[in-house]
Amino acid sequence: MQELLNIFVKSIFIDNMVFAYFLGMCSYIAVSKTVKTSVGLGLAVIFVLGITVPVGYLMNEYLLKAGALSWLGAEFVDVDLSFLSFIMFIAVIASMVQLVEMVVEKFSPALYASLGIFLPLIAVNCAILGGSLFMQEREYQSIAQATSFAIGSGLGWFLAIVGIAAIREKIKYSNVPGPLKGIGITFIITGLMGIAFMSFLGIKL
Amino acid sequence: MSEQVQQKESLFSAKHRRLITDAIGKDNPITVQVLGICSALAVTAKLEPAIVMSISVLFVLGAGNVIISLLRNTIPQRIRIIVQLVIIAALVILVDQVLKAYAYDVSKQLSVFVGLIITNCIIMGRFEAFAMANKPWPSFLDGIGNSIGYGLILIIVAFFRELLGSGSIFGWNVFEAIGLYDLGYVNNGLMILPPMALITVGIIIWVQRSRNPELIKD
Repeated sequence: MQELLNIFVKSIFIDNMVFAYFLGMCSYIAVSKTVKTSVGLGLAVIFVLGITVPVGYLMNEYLLKAGALSWLGAEFVDVDLSFLSFIMFIAVIASMVQLVEMVVEKFSPALYASLGIFLPLIAVNCAILGGSLFMQEREYQSIAQATSFAIGSGLGWFLAIVGIAAIREKIKYSNVPGPLKGIGITFIITGLMGIAFMSFLGIKL
Repeated sequence: MSEQVQQKESLFSAKHRRLITDAIGKDNPITVQVLGICSALAVTAKLEPAIVMSISVLFVLGAGNVIISLLRNTIPQRIRIIVQLVIIAALVILVDQVLKAYAYDVSKQLSVFVGLIITNCIIMGRFEAFAMANKPWPSFLDGIGNSIGYGLILIIVAFFRELLGSGSIFGWNVFEAIGLYDLGYVNNGLMILPPMALITVGIIIWVQRSRNPELIKD
């Protein structure tokens, strides 16, 4: 249990998707103009990460890893399909996003109306694929660990995008030098936020 | 790289030439279109991975644009994103396997970022915006132009980060060679850390926009 909590806190603060690995920067910059939309996108990212990473974990464990196919019979023990992982993960993500979109549309039209435009965007958000790839690289031991990593990273991304959106709403009224307005200042503020988040680096978990 | 392309271009119409030059300058994928930032920032602590990354993107975007453009009339509208993702993923697997075979150290340094070329928004963005609506040859030029524009920013950022952060270029220690350390100079360790990549790109955007005021929006 403590192990899970460690992974969770670590993936929110220390290994933050945005500040430590720059994942999902495109939508982070493009959709952070107002707090309201960024909350919507942030929630959608937590949700999709929480589904795709555990599914990716199962695929990796029972289909892709070296020796993962041994449940099919003795002759499959030597098969290593890990070179297929990119295509499998992206297929899982694209189909999951489609599925989630259909389910949300059916059961919660209000949520669909607010998340609707962001869901297709998420299929090509690097944070989602990055989550699956990091999960594979770090070799988590169980599906519970993979899930806790996924929710934690999603939450870290959520915090980052809501934070920058709040700052951008305020900075509209500031006197920023002309050429730096818009994305220029956003980059620099993100850098400064990243430096602030680095203060978590000393924490050993 | 860019000289070679320019020689070839002189045979072509001004319109085709603009496909490449625009993407390098006033329509640059990173500083103007704000696409593909994730990988641009993460691999720029040293020059070598930055250059390998640029070449990988050049290959994937050039080849992918041609394939998409050849298939553009047969891809059904509704499932086009999945078709595009499959084509990109196949090309990226090729790049990944080649890197693992011939440049294992760099491939380890790039870690997940080779895989993340799949979701690099430049690639999806160019497929959607250009290759789906244009013939193969202009699409190819567009792909090459955009990846050169992308690579250029990567190399500029990596150059400054490696020079100021580790005092070296391509691992060759410049500052030691000219004896700067004897005068009391110390490497700026902050430049190697991730946040400085963002600030460096921010400054590049600042410089570019103050030289081209027509790019200023908002």
